[in-house]
Amino acid sequence: MRLLMLIAALACGSALGQPIKIGELNSYKVFPAFLEPYKKGWQLAVEEINAKGGVNGRKLEVVSRDDGGTPGDAVRVAEELISREKADVLMGTFASNVGLAVANLAGQRRIVFLAAEPLTDKIVWQDGNAYTFRLRPSTYMQVAMLVPEAAKLKKRRWAIVYPNYEYGQSATESFKRLLKAAQPDVEFVAEQAPPLGKIDAGSVVQALADAKPDAIFSSLFAADLQKFVREGNTRGLFANRTVFNLLGGEPEYLDPLKDETPEGWWVTGYPWQYLQTPEHKRFLDAYQKRWNDYPRQGSVVGYTAMYAIAEGVRKAGSTRADSLIGALSGLKMESPFGPITWRAIDHQSTMGAYVGQLAKKNGRGVMVNWRYADGARYQPSDAEVRKLRKQ
Amino acid sequence: MSAAATLLQFLNGLAAASSLFLLAAGLSLIFGVSRIVNFAHGSLYMLGMYLAVWLSARAGYWPSVAIAAAGVAGAAALIEMLVLRRLYKAPELLQLLATFALVLLIRDLALWAWGPEDMLGPRAPGFRDAVTIAGSRFPTYDLLLIVLGPLVFFFLHILLRRTRWGTLVRAATEDREMASALGVNQRWLFTAVFALGGLLAGLGGALAIPREPANLEIDLEIISDAFVVVVVGGLGSIPGAFLAALVIGEVKAFCIGLGYSKITLAVEFIVMALVLVVRPWGLLGKPMALARGAATVELPLGRLESKTALAALPIVVVLLLAPLVTGQYTVVLLTDIIVFALFAVSLHFMMGPGGLVSFGHAAYFGLGAYGAALLLLRAQWPMETALVAAPLFALAGAVVFGWFSVRLSGVYMAMLTLAFAQIAWSVAFQWDGVTGGSNGLIGVWPASWLASKSAYYYLALLLCGGCIAALWKVLDAPFGYSVRATRDSPLRAEAIGIDVRRTRWLAFIAAGTFAGVAGAVYAFSKGSISPETLSVPRSVDALVMVLLGGVQTLTGPAWGAALFTWLADALSREFAYWRAAIGGVVLILVLVFPRGIAGYARERFGK
Repeated sequence: MRLLMLIAALACGSALGQPIKIGELNSYKVFPAFLEPYKKGWQLAVEEINAKGGVNGRKLEVVSRDDGGTPGDAVRVAEELISREKADVLMGTFASNVGLAVANLAGQRRIVFLAAEPLTDKIVWQDGNAYTFRLRPSTYMQVAMLVPEAAKLKKRRWAIVYPNYEYGQSATESFKRLLKAAQPDVEFVAEQAPPLGKIDAGSVVQALADAKPDAIFSSLFAADLQKFVREGNTRGLFANRTVFNLLGGEPEYLDPLKDETPEGWWVTGYPWQYLQTPEHKRFLDAYQKRWNDYPRQGSVVGYTAMYAIAEGVRKAGSTRADSLIGALSGLKMESPFGPITWRAIDHQSTMGAYVGQLAKKNGRGVMVNWRYADGARYQPSDAEVRKLRKQ
Repeated sequence: MSAAATLLQFLNGLAAASSLFLLAAGLSLIFGVSRIVNFAHGSLYMLGMYLAVWLSARAGYWPSVAIAAAGVAGAAALIEMLVLRRLYKAPELLQLLATFALVLLIRDLALWAWGPEDMLGPRAPGFRDAVTIAGSRFPTYDLLLIVLGPLVFFFLHILLRRTRWGTLVRAATEDREMASALGVNQRWLFTAVFALGGLLAGLGGALAIPREPANLEIDLEIISDAFVVVVVGGLGSIPGAFLAALVIGEVKAFCIGLGYSKITLAVEFIVMALVLVVRPWGLLGKPMALARGAATVELPLGRLESKTALAALPIVVVLLLAPLVTGQYTVVLLTDIIVFALFAVSLHFMMGPGGLVSFGHAAYFGLGAYGAALLLLRAQWPMETALVAAPLFALAGAVVFGWFSVRLSGVYMAMLTLAFAQIAWSVAFQWDGVTGGSNGLIGVWPASWLASKSAYYYLALLLCGGCIAALWKVLDAPFGYSVRATRDSPLRAEAIGIDVRRTRWLAFIAAGTFAGVAGAVYAFSKGSISPETLSVPRSVDALVMVLLGGVQTLTGPAWGAALFTWLADALSREFAYWRAAIGGVVLILVLVFPRGIAGYARERFGK
């Protein structure tokens, strides 16, 4: 009897303004350049949401943890968030292997997991599950955004360079497949796959130049990209060649290049200085006021991910996993990049990216000639998605 | 490849070799004299990069190179005087634990001081551009590097061959105790060598910034390269390091030039394995003088008598009752602790009593984990059989790798195990169709009757606890004593009829197989595995656990595993700079308990 009363009391408690607990985990110390802005993004969102009284009368409470950057540790941290902290929903992760491991755990433990950052296609397709949702445009989507520009150029001979792990491999595979479909006479004359973080830039640049390509597709980022750009600039690899670089316009990877920024490259990214839409202006002002710094790609991801959870819970009216899944599937919401939808078919958001070219301005890299590529338009057909997503 | 392309890749290889040599020369010197396996050498290099980038915005590039190198030399001297000097009398390899702590501390220090963003340095004034060679443009800075490498080599050669100080360093490299007995002041010699090693690391880092950005991952990325060069060349041999840097630089350049870029993931480790199999002391190394002292005077491990076993009873009871009285998360954490305890105990089995140090023990942990996942997912075996059969993967790996490894001794053997582990890692990392590549395999869950955390915990406790008990029992059996004999005196052991190599091989296989058990249990507790399970950091974790607990104790490694796992869990929750916190705690423990926590307890409270 007393147990029953206790349960009843607890149930009332949750209805009467018990906070909504969000278990957040990420590899903060392994990828600090991306994840510090990400954290500032979701912190800002939480403050805004709670200042307006929270969701359904309940405040958001975030328990944030460092996941150590390995799948094994991340799974343990997620277990802690689920069983000790009693999180209602999980959010976060960066690297694809960590994201997939936590997604799989979420499926096993029946808790909704919003994978904010991982890019791997598999997290929503081959290895997707009902409980996992992913915000950022996937590797496939970002490649698909660049391919129309690449096909327009009618270049025959392409060389490819990518970091040798799943992201680079699947970017390369998608690029080759999509470009071949758009331009059947294309020829891939060289392929270089340096280990992540350990590119021998001089040798790679030389090997690419030796293949005499008309254009280059790269999915390098971070230190590898900086080394590649500097060697390529010095050795004249980019003269009279068009280069495409996935993610190259994201401030996290563009800003360190400074006066080394290669002009004319086609990239996906985030030209935060130039976005004039009211939804972005509002976000930019709030972010700069709160943090006295400009937002990076990670900031938008963290901010939007937190709002997605809030909107989902608002629509669901509870934090029960099944009603939250129902609410998030097909949810339409605002983001700094404009309206986005959470696709019911594969739980991928339609958040897009900006496609544009790099330019130098006052010794800094910026994006010019950009346009917003809406993620909804760069998806394979539903039939293909259903085939990939077996369950 | 055309002739022009061949020439240019050859030049690229030379430039890469120069950077590698600058990186490795200091490490080789330090090891040669002090026998310290300095994990923090990459951190010193990183410090040199950050200092140089930061200073060059203020003082210009060339002065900043000099200041950064001097600054890092000063830091290295301080580290030697404040930390390492206190540890020379400690059991072998304990200094490794201290340098591991320094890696964690320096990385967080750099994050705190310079922020998370990569810092691309300026181009070097006077060497900004390229010259045309055989129709291609080649950076003048790379030409400068090609000259600088041999120049530094020449300078070191003069210093070591033509000065009194150099003679002392060489004497200490050849036979440290003899040099000391002849009145060479080791204290200042060690400090000076450490400072010189730091100077070279700082110089290497500062000279790297026109080619690559200062970033927080660089320390661990380059440390394995540095070790490879040092070991391939022969420990303590500067000409050897130069030759090895040349070989590895060129091999990499031509792998890329010929279109085999994927193999660069592990090519230096393949080179190292080949060299060590053919030349057990590296290209130009000499067999090390036997270290007198250290291991040979260790007290034999206390046997696990019934009295001691009785004392362990309360612990067993607590572990059995834990799921009934604690929360679910504690059970999850305890499962991790038990798994790592077996992992550490299995390493200790060969490393403590056997004196066989492995820097690649994660290979067998990972093979066990992958074995479990592959049998479950690809072969569709039931979970229970997969779990039981998975350690056979580790056993197979240990049989092959061990056969080669036990032919070597000391750090050479440790480095060969590291090479094998890296090769295994790169196979798991690249073999997409089977191992799932870098993403690994997911959906490795236990059978439904083991699905609850408590049920799985009891299974882990039974399996890992049983294996730990078995390993401890074996140490007290005739086989355990012969393993110990091969460590204490291989010659005498051989003379009384123990087949030393075979005994070592069997110990290696046993250790590997039991690590495989831990790996299989780990895989099912996480539901997924990725190449990280057989990566270098995981191998280092095992070493840290063993050393933290006390390498010359019986139960120490289990305590070390518990302490380290719990610390990592607790500190990462409490501190933003949790790596520095772990590093700080480990450093304090090393200085206060140089024989490990269990070793300390034994000394303090009797046997």
